[in-house]
Amino acid sequence: MTLPPPIVQVRGLTRRFGTGCPACPELTGPAAETNQCPRCRSVTACREVSFELHSGEVLGIVGESGSGKSTVVRLLHFDLAPTAGEYRLNLNGAAAAGLPWLEPGQNLFELGPHQRRQLRNRLMGIVYQNPLLGLRLKVTAGGNIAERLLMAGWRRVERMRERAADLLARTEVPVERMDELPRHFSGGMQQRVQIAKALSTDPAVLLLDEVTTGLDVSVQARVLDLIRSLQRELQIATIVVSHDLGVIRMLTTRTLVMRYGGIVEQGLSDQILEDPQHPYTQLLVNSTL
Amino acid sequence: MLTVEKLEKQFVSHVLNGKEILGFSPVSFSVPQATALGLSGPSGTGKSSVLKCIYRTYVASAGTIRYHSGAGDWVDLTLLPENELLRLRRAEMGYVAQFLSVLPRVSAVDTVAEPLLADGVPREEARDRARRLLARLGIERSLHDAYPATFSGGEKQRVNLARAVIRPPRLLLLDEPTASLDPGSLQVVLDLLLELKAAGTTLVAIFHDRSIMDRLMDAVYRMPEKGGETGQLATRTSSHET
Ligand SMILES: Nc1ncnc2c1ncn2[C@@H]1O[C@H](COP(=O)(O)OP(=O)(O)O)[C@@H](O)[C@H]1O
Ligand SMILES: [Mg+2]
Ligand SMILES: [Zn+2]
Repeated sequence: MTLPPPIVQVRGLTRRFGTGCPACPELTGPAAETNQCPRCRSVTACREVSFELHSGEVLGIVGESGSGKSTVVRLLHFDLAPTAGEYRLNLNGAAAAGLPWLEPGQNLFELGPHQRRQLRNRLMGIVYQNPLLGLRLKVTAGGNIAERLLMAGWRRVERMRERAADLLARTEVPVERMDELPRHFSGGMQQRVQIAKALSTDPAVLLLDEVTTGLDVSVQARVLDLIRSLQRELQIATIVVSHDLGVIRMLTTRTLVMRYGGIVEQGLSDQILEDPQHPYTQLLVNSTL
Repeated sequence: MLTVEKLEKQFVSHVLNGKEILGFSPVSFSVPQATALGLSGPSGTGKSSVLKCIYRTYVASAGTIRYHSGAGDWVDLTLLPENELLRLRRAEMGYVAQFLSVLPRVSAVDTVAEPLLADGVPREEARDRARRLLARLGIERSLHDAYPATFSGGEKQRVNLARAVIRPPRLLLLDEPTASLDPGSLQVVLDLLLELKAAGTTLVAIFHDRSIMDRLMDAVYRMPEKGGETGQLATRTSSHET
């Protein structure tokens, strides 16, 4: 029984904020119970994070605020540069076709800025908790999507408008609001526009960072239902970051648990929820029941 | 096709300062393909936990669970990489939990059709088959498009069962799936399970209903008492369909 290789492979991903000192690795992380080095005050936001994401899989990352979840996602989206680590993509023919310079097995963190941008624009979609990070609020909803398509190499305006209308319809944003500014939209609708934008280029990897955090419960439910149905339909390899175990339960099949920048436990999502092994995961699960 | 050997489970609660709670005492049994094994024993002896270890919702503390997969190789379900286990779950395992968890805001027909959709069956055909199975299990037509969250216990159980068997699994794990069924529904479920078994499905199941145990099971494994010796595997002679 051989499964195809994982689409994403991450090894030893580490990001430190601050100058760092030789004691940082020892004095930070889950065992040290802090992410800040008491000697040099540097913060190791994530450390030695390794995992694989398989095609069509939805992987959860859970942990309290500050545990390093968003840092991991931003590193994968090239929003941040890592202090150390390796990041590899195994693309299928179609996704690889537009990127002839990409060597199989290449560590993406070694690429130049232009190539990284191209990878991001063509292969990745991201949805941030804060719509301000993912949307330009003074550009229309349709314009936001068109900008993204432009970056991915689309050129014909008519086609881009069609694509934007199609995506907005699928994410349940009334198409007649396509030419309005997202800053007039509700929080839930802004998230749906972000999702439409992230999906517009048919990404190989989708990154969702606390997409429903801060929304009203009923709005949350609607956005989660939307993500679930898009997942079923599109089967995009996805990383779902959330501090909310309910979101993890509903969307993911496998989960990493992070604390103080490190992975303390990983497993099938139902196992993480029903038979957590690590003391921290037990605390997390017990405090939400 | 399934051989459980010296399987043990202890829960270590770090919230309670490392307190150990015994899930079950060592369990060993073997289930031939296309047969049904019943787990019996007083409540608290760990029957549900055994099923959860097989499905890997629980992490086994010791022992092996060897499974002969559809691809023809023997794998140890306690050690199999997560992604391969997930693939097995999707392709050939079904599990109906004792405590019902239905997907929120998904209609009964879509809940049942989902495994078919994941297999690439066209939507209309999948929903059609889901409706027919729900109807066979006595779920009224008017409920098919409603949310199971609002259903009675017995109706929820039948929706969960339908979801688990709409695509007949090679291995079916059942945890008291008939606990709140009336006698009529019970007979329908029993007939369905006998059909699945005749078509090749292997079952490991917990039923509190003696008559189902008698009619469905080829063997019964009596769970060891907590802290006791290993349990007893008894093959039944009267179990075959008459
Ligand atoms: N730009 C930055 N400069 C300094 N520290 C940062 C920066 N970004 C994140 N951090 C720190 O890194 C740690 C992890 O943060 P983050 O990845 O946002 O966690 P999470 O998403 O799990 O809440 C936190 O201690 C945070 O304060
Ligand atoms: Mg965050
Ligand atoms: Zn330091």
